[in-house]
Amino acid sequence: MKGTDPVITSHHVLGIYDDPQKMVQAIATLRTEDLGQIIAYSPVPNHAIQNALEEKVSPVRIFTLIGGLLGCIIGFALPIYTSLNWSLITGGKPIVSIPPFTVIAFELTILLASLSSAIGFLFFAGLPNIRERLPYDVRFTVDRFGVLVICTAVHCDAARTILEHTGAEEIHYESL
Amino acid sequence: MSFAKVNNDILRTLGPAGRIYWAGLILALTMLGFGGYAFYHQVRFGLGVAGYNPPVMWAIYITNFVFWVGIAHSGTLISAVLFLFRARWRTSVARVAEAMTVFAVMTAGLFPIIHLGRPWYFYWLLPYPDQRDLWINFRSPLIWDVFALGTYLTVSVLFLYLGLIPDIAIARDRVQDYRRKLYSILALGWQGTNQQWRHYNALYGFLAALATPLVISVHSVVSWDFATTILPGWHSTIFAPYFVAGAIFSGLAMVITLLIPLRRFYHLEEYITVRHFENLAKLIIVTSLIVTYAYATEYFMAWYSQNEFERSTFLDRAAGQYAPFFWTTVVCNCIVPLALFFKKIRTHLKTLFVISLLINVGMWLERYVIIISSLSHDFNPSVWPAMYQPTWVEVMITAGSMGLFFFLFLIFVKNFPLISMTEIKENTTTVTSPIVMEGSS
Repeated sequence: MKGTDPVITSHHVLGIYDDPQKMVQAIATLRTEDLGQIIAYSPVPNHAIQNALEEKVSPVRIFTLIGGLLGCIIGFALPIYTSLNWSLITGGKPIVSIPPFTVIAFELTILLASLSSAIGFLFFAGLPNIRERLPYDVRFTVDRFGVLVICTAVHCDAARTILEHTGAEEIHYESL
Repeated sequence: MSFAKVNNDILRTLGPAGRIYWAGLILALTMLGFGGYAFYHQVRFGLGVAGYNPPVMWAIYITNFVFWVGIAHSGTLISAVLFLFRARWRTSVARVAEAMTVFAVMTAGLFPIIHLGRPWYFYWLLPYPDQRDLWINFRSPLIWDVFALGTYLTVSVLFLYLGLIPDIAIARDRVQDYRRKLYSILALGWQGTNQQWRHYNALYGFLAALATPLVISVHSVVSWDFATTILPGWHSTIFAPYFVAGAIFSGLAMVITLLIPLRRFYHLEEYITVRHFENLAKLIIVTSLIVTYAYATEYFMAWYSQNEFERSTFLDRAAGQYAPFFWTTVVCNCIVPLALFFKKIRTHLKTLFVISLLINVGMWLERYVIIISSLSHDFNPSVWPAMYQPTWVEVMITAGSMGLFFFLFLIFVKNFPLISMTEIKENTTTVTSPIVMEGSS
């Protein structure tokens, strides 16, 4: 599966909130009841939501590390290989001149670490995702917060009740 | 300030362009056209149409290269370094600075190519396998430049674009005109889910952490183009920190030059306040003092080293034929910024704008003086009297580079949010107000 956002294959309930605190409360209750997978929408990153979902540290950092190491290795290997391949002394310096090659290695470390971080981000965030597979409301980029519960028909009823009780402005239910 | 108001106020800048905008765009395009014609002329008739004469074989083109790379630096300082320091005031000015960085690096990157005798062979600078097993010389600082600038451009574009994604998604959900499709593609399907935010935050932190050493390395590498030679006036170990400080100094001045008119035309006074300008002015004071110290150190080392060539070059710089440029540099970069110590001056935007323009002029002249005065005063006294004079081709290509920069910048400000709405919202405590659901159709 690409990224971590699931493709909707079952029933789901979407609650829309005007206050992130209310949504955090809803997430906590939904998690206690274990009614299905929860996805939160917000116009800004929100620590309370992240804590309520008990999110782990993003694995993007692994990509950064691997990209950086790869960049450093390539940054030294390329100048060393090509210099040995065409061993012409310039400026009276050794064929394998580590100090100037360090500049190349440094730049390639940063370059590949940045590129691989970007690739890692796109992979884990499930982007590009032009078709917008998850239910969505344009107000999520304005000032509304949303919680989506992917659940079985029975669990969705319970989830709906929780969303109502925690002060959701609107609740949308869809069964597929 | 409610979230909806932030969206309303900042997306207003994407509305139909006014007369001043069109006038600016036409002026920029005209300058670019003149520059393009001059470059065509140079390609057709050869590099001889530029004012090069041995030993002055680097001149305005390399001055422009260093100037534009320098302009780029404050963008990364504001967006990456201040982000790592959690300086929240950066939010209002970071986007403009990041865009400025990207366009300045793009402009700078053209100059080494314009400077080539046969610019269509610029790809010879890249390490690619060829029939003769001939590789580039990785020991050359000019090749370091290729890697440093290539990396800087790539990372700056990533930083700007990935930082824009949540804001582009806002534009996608709101703008109804022909650009909607473009925003839909560029937003990559961003929905603001918790997973997306989690990885986005991690990415932004890593990019900031990677861009910080990068920004220091790039202008250090540019300075080593000079410092690794044995030419008096260039062969100096302080060049790297001196150039980095100068780059940030000039870039901050350019940010102020761009922001003051933008703030006024788009009525963004609520978001870009006088406090923001005051903070930028304080950073200018610090970097100006470092630059002044570097100038003084150069003269001290010329005297203390007992090196006759070094002394002669620095005496010539201050009292020779390029002395007017040198003293203008000193006044613009060392004396004028001292006025910013006074709160009344650094919070008076018209005065600040004039000071920022003077710093831009001063920093361009600084590079001009470093390059021309050192080259024209090398180890051979018989060449000293000859004075370098730029030709119309060089002047027009320089004007063209400004046209290119402002053209790209103006296109950006009309099509992308000038201030990060997401970050402004993050710094705002009020989520909602009586809501008018704009653009939710």
